[in-house]
Amino acid sequence: MKGYKKYYGQKLFWYLLTLIFAVILNFVLPRLMPGDPVSAIAARAVGGMTDSTAIQKVINDYVEKFGINKPMYQQFFMWLGNVLKGDFGVSFSQYPRPVSDIINSAVWWTVALQLPAIIVGWLLGNILGAIAAYIRGVFDKAILPFFLFVSNIPAFGMATILLFVFSIKLGIAPASGGYGYDLIPNVSWTFVKSVIGHYQLPFWSIVLITIGGQAIGMRSMSIYELNADYVKYSRFLGIKDSKIVGYVFRNAMLPQITGLALSLGTMIGGALVAEIIFSYPGLGTTLLTAVTGQDYPLLSACTLIITIMVLIANLVVELLYGVIDPRVKANQQD
Amino acid sequence: MKNTIKQVFHSGKFLVGFIIFVLILAICFIYPVFVTYDPLEMIGAGNFYKPGTYVSQEEAALNEGYTLNMDASESRLATALGVEELEKMQEYLIKYAGIAEKDIDVTDTEAIVELWQQNYNPDMKAKGLTSAKRKAYRRLDASIENAMKSSGVIIAEEDAESGELKEAKTIKGTGYVNTKDIVNKRTFILGTDNFGRDVLTELVAATKVSLRIGLIAGLIATAVGLILGLVAGYVGGVVDNIIMFLTNLFTVIPSFIILILISYSVGTNARGVMMVAFIIGLTSWPWTTRSVRSQVISLRNRDHVNLSKLSGHSMFRIIFTDILPYIASYVVMAMILQISSGILSEAQLSMIGLGPATTKVATLGLMMNWAMQYAAHLNGSWWAYFPVVIVIALISFSLNLMNTGLDQVFNPQLRD
Repeated sequence: MKGYKKYYGQKLFWYLLTLIFAVILNFVLPRLMPGDPVSAIAARAVGGMTDSTAIQKVINDYVEKFGINKPMYQQFFMWLGNVLKGDFGVSFSQYPRPVSDIINSAVWWTVALQLPAIIVGWLLGNILGAIAAYIRGVFDKAILPFFLFVSNIPAFGMATILLFVFSIKLGIAPASGGYGYDLIPNVSWTFVKSVIGHYQLPFWSIVLITIGGQAIGMRSMSIYELNADYVKYSRFLGIKDSKIVGYVFRNAMLPQITGLALSLGTMIGGALVAEIIFSYPGLGTTLLTAVTGQDYPLLSACTLIITIMVLIANLVVELLYGVIDPRVKANQQD
Repeated sequence: MKNTIKQVFHSGKFLVGFIIFVLILAICFIYPVFVTYDPLEMIGAGNFYKPGTYVSQEEAALNEGYTLNMDASESRLATALGVEELEKMQEYLIKYAGIAEKDIDVTDTEAIVELWQQNYNPDMKAKGLTSAKRKAYRRLDASIENAMKSSGVIIAEEDAESGELKEAKTIKGTGYVNTKDIVNKRTFILGTDNFGRDVLTELVAATKVSLRIGLIAGLIATAVGLILGLVAGYVGGVVDNIIMFLTNLFTVIPSFIILILISYSVGTNARGVMMVAFIIGLTSWPWTTRSVRSQVISLRNRDHVNLSKLSGHSMFRIIFTDILPYIASYVVMAMILQISSGILSEAQLSMIGLGPATTKVATLGLMMNWAMQYAAHLNGSWWAYFPVVIVIALISFSLNLMNTGLDQVFNPQLRD
């Protein structure tokens, strides 16, 4: 375990640094642009007012509140202090609801949807890819082109297909929302049943998309490994096939885990858009309402939360990788 | 060079991908030659008209017409008699005509109408049959009669002076028109969208714009990624550290988020098609940088590079003559993937409402966004969004196939 300390320490430090940069970007990027958000906010607030002294007063109020008369770094620390307290300001589109409240209710839907979906999709994809590489023949020939095509359908496309087939045509799954529109969230059997019913389509659309990409990657990695010299050598030595296959798939798995870490951001981005199709009450739909409602505080809170979520997920994957890949351990003991 | 190209086209995967992609491109350029309508012309007055041929009602009615021995009354009956009417008829037949329930098949319209005509008596007086009900049955009977007769519809013209109606023509139940005789018609192979625009024409125009966005984004991303990767890999040292730090940073922070932040911040006025392509290009280079750098590092200490260095060639010359040719195939492959992900990024960005803020052109993402905003996916108007999804999937499928094919040619270890 001693060897891991350095590895984990490095990883944690690196992710902390990334987090700081991500937070700075989240603050700076919008403010670098010509139409800075605070004056846009003030302009929105005074829209419809005619009394010039009142307008001036409101604008001064906003200037005071966001500190735009202060230098940029002071503004940043003011903003950071508020964010750390969980204060993201008040939403425009759902005034006077605080942004933190909206985010708090949306973020769990997204986590509960995407985390299991990506894990299940990743596992199923790897298993299918490994089987395809090992068996080859008809299974491989039939399943590979199918997955090749499926993996190229965008997540929102898969969402519309599932929605059309299972909800509009067959009518066996609800079309939109996270629970029945006639229900109020509570802990009762009807509510839980409704949530599970609404969960299926978004869940499977993310799973199917993930399976396609992972299966192809795993298949080619496994074929590559199956042809490796150590496999041939082991066969000559007469080691049992099942044992060799175990090693092969473990080795083929490792790049897949790295691949997962690298593509998590893209996957989550795609899945967020798929949420919109189902009007799922998660962060994706919240992003859409923020954009259509020109709700800057909500939008910036959403992007910050999503970034933090992706960072945490990435960190977890990398930490797991350290445990699974023996080379990491070996490196540390040198 | 010639040999390489030959080899590339021998790869089945590349060929299939190439053919699909070229077909899509060809349609984008050939279709507008034959169909010269403005792709964004709002031709339908309502939203989401079904796919099919729309012929002028007036012209069809006034057309000479042909007589076919094919009576339209049967299908008219089916439209006139809904479930409610059939139930009413069943009720009457059981209660007042004394027919057993098992003899009546509600699903067979023809049989029940026949039973009705045999048993219905307009003057019947029975217990419980109020006059209101009797009148309702009479109306039902009249509507059945109406649907059954093939005497046709009379078309009248209003006299300009007296305002009297004059019979102009009678359309019989057996009257038919040949659609070829009708001049005023328009076929919407994929129906119309929420603004009443022809989906197919719009789709072709949108595909062209989206491909352009993908190409520009891909070019920018590849150029930035290539330059950074070359510099980081070849120069090494502190420069490498800085570039790699940035690259790692932007691989972990999801580019989709940066895309959202920048797109929102530029504001709707500045967010045109080119701007969106530019932003996508500027946020998607880290992938290319990463892989170009690792390729360059493996090349940096090869003998021919060392020889060039000893000969005193400049850094630019070494990069251009001794390194670039070796990674050219790789860069092309990376760019193909960048194009495909650029198109997808545009679509996703548009779907959350941050796509090109324009009404002058359509893109695949905007078409998707419009269809979703008008709930096409909930009211069953599949023609407004499925074709878009299929086009996006086909483009990215073909590009990925080409990439895999190239990979197999240039990377012999991956060959099956």
